[in-house]
Amino acid sequence: MSNVVPRSYANDFMPGDGGKGLALLGAQDITFAYAGKPVLREVSLELHRAEWLALLGPNGGGKSTLLRVMAGLLSPQGGRVVLEGRPLAKVSSWLRGRTLAFVPQNGPYPEELSVEEVVRLGRTPHLGLLGREGRADQEAVLWAMRETQVLEFRSRLLSTLSGGERARVMLARSLAAKPKYLLLDEPTAHLDLHHQAEFLGLLSGLRRQGIGVLTVMHDPNLALQADRVAFLAEGRIVAEGEPGGAITQELLSQIYGPMVRVRRVDGQPIVILGGAASASGVLR
Amino acid sequence: MINAERRTPNAEHQRLSPRSYASRALVFLGLLVLLGLALVLGVGQGAVYVSPGEVVRALMGTQPNPIVTDLRLPRALGAGLVGAALGLAGAAFQGLFRNPLADPYLMGSASGAAFGVTLAVSLAGTLSASYSTSQVFAALPGYVTLFAFAGAVLAVAVTLVLSGGASRTHDLILAGVVVGAVLTGLTTYLMLKDADRIRAVMAYTLGNLSFLGWEGVRAMALYLLLSLPFLWILGRTLNALSLGEETARTLGLPLSRLKLLVIGLATLLTAASVAYAGIIGFVGLVAPHALRRLVGGDYRVLLPASALGGAVLLSLADLLARVLTRPAELPVGVVTTLLGGPFFLYLLWRARRNV
Repeated sequence: MSNVVPRSYANDFMPGDGGKGLALLGAQDITFAYAGKPVLREVSLELHRAEWLALLGPNGGGKSTLLRVMAGLLSPQGGRVVLEGRPLAKVSSWLRGRTLAFVPQNGPYPEELSVEEVVRLGRTPHLGLLGREGRADQEAVLWAMRETQVLEFRSRLLSTLSGGERARVMLARSLAAKPKYLLLDEPTAHLDLHHQAEFLGLLSGLRRQGIGVLTVMHDPNLALQADRVAFLAEGRIVAEGEPGGAITQELLSQIYGPMVRVRRVDGQPIVILGGAASASGVLR
Repeated sequence: MINAERRTPNAEHQRLSPRSYASRALVFLGLLVLLGLALVLGVGQGAVYVSPGEVVRALMGTQPNPIVTDLRLPRALGAGLVGAALGLAGAAFQGLFRNPLADPYLMGSASGAAFGVTLAVSLAGTLSASYSTSQVFAALPGYVTLFAFAGAVLAVAVTLVLSGGASRTHDLILAGVVVGAVLTGLTTYLMLKDADRIRAVMAYTLGNLSFLGWEGVRAMALYLLLSLPFLWILGRTLNALSLGEETARTLGLPLSRLKLLVIGLATLLTAASVAYAGIIGFVGLVAPHALRRLVGGDYRVLLPASALGGAVLLSLADLLARVLTRPAELPVGVVTTLLGGPFFLYLLWRARRNV
């Protein structure tokens, strides 16, 4: 607990801030350990509104943990998360639910609920305990279903949907709260190429509407449309920047080993697996 | 179900359409009709047969009949109320554990109640050797009920303490299994020490509606009326939980407290039903499971539907328990288990075939 930021939050509201700190979700010097095993070591990361940030890195590098810390699901042992100038730990759970939406990797999916019933659950942070829905709630649910193109099968049960359709329903559920920040854990993990492209297109559209989107991903190629990428390895951010600049041969060899190759097509990086032949130096 | 919202492409965009109101209303109506039928038939059956016409006239007061109003009516109503409590508690636990195989006894309440009853009988024997077990039950029904109730509530409390609260579902189930096993062991020990009383305790733990009088009916009705509205409000929390624990937490709900509330209410219902009618298996498992297919997974619909379904199931089972071996009767718990087991297997088989 030695590196906890002092409990004076005056900095967040200083005039010199220029209001910039008020439109972002920031992780500041986050330290996190599972049962004494360090997972995050003083990690800082900022997610701005109207930005798509892709968090990349090897398995066990701490990506999902960082996402959960930023969603308020895990409390860090050191550092803090700041939501639009306020420490996340001090934000009421209702307000947090309206501002941050989190979508876990795969399910569980409520099989016996209809698409619409699931999306309506996304309004929970706005409803209070009795759950009376008003006009604004209905409009938000319709907007979320339209945005994700699930409106046409809204009365179908989740058990009857394909993987791609389910992924869109879960996205619609998170959007129904009209969040400012959207945190997604490997949203394209079980989708085929077509549905991956479709889903990433949806995310691009949401970012243009002013939502800050943070996606944890495995495949650097899927992060090329993002505004920014950050690589998390061994609990530290090892690189951060625009995809075109950050994804380099040097970085990826360092993170994933010598089999990974970065090629450039029209200036954009493309990541391929070199295989044994290239690893032995044929392509060098 | 689908027609209502597919009239015109434009109507689709104007307003949200709640799913299948009509089909749900039909299910509720069907259950009510079945329940009424089971009540009238149930009151008529027994050592003395009373025709349905006479039953209705006795109930309306036009032709008084003490057999109907003093003996059979409280039992028939009690069966419905106990069944409703079990169905409701079962649905609540299935939602809480996100597991369609959860039942009201999962957290140790049944073994706690059985232990309480065994202890009550054993203590009565120690206090006064002249008390036979049937005298304990006959003279002190409130005493046995109290022990059963306390045993069930205490068992669930111990389960909660062992699992460190309601936040981790997995730990809760494990702790419930451990508490249940230890209490069953203690119960068996007490029963062996007091071998001549085993029969009476067995009759109780097998589920038996014959102890139910007006006092039990009033108590069960009170518990149901108290918990149903609260559980209905908590239905939204159970719906959110079906998205998974993590997602539910990000929806702003004070989840640990709400889960404790669900456990408290469902335990109250389970403890009350065990206290008045012993351990009746499968009703709390089958009723929500079957109705989930008919009315869907929205707990604000499923909870009341499961209560009605449980009432219907236990009323019909009690009818069978009294008809099958007339003039003797079977413990109703034996009937529900014999019927519920195969029915549950059928549900599982059908579910697998549909995959």
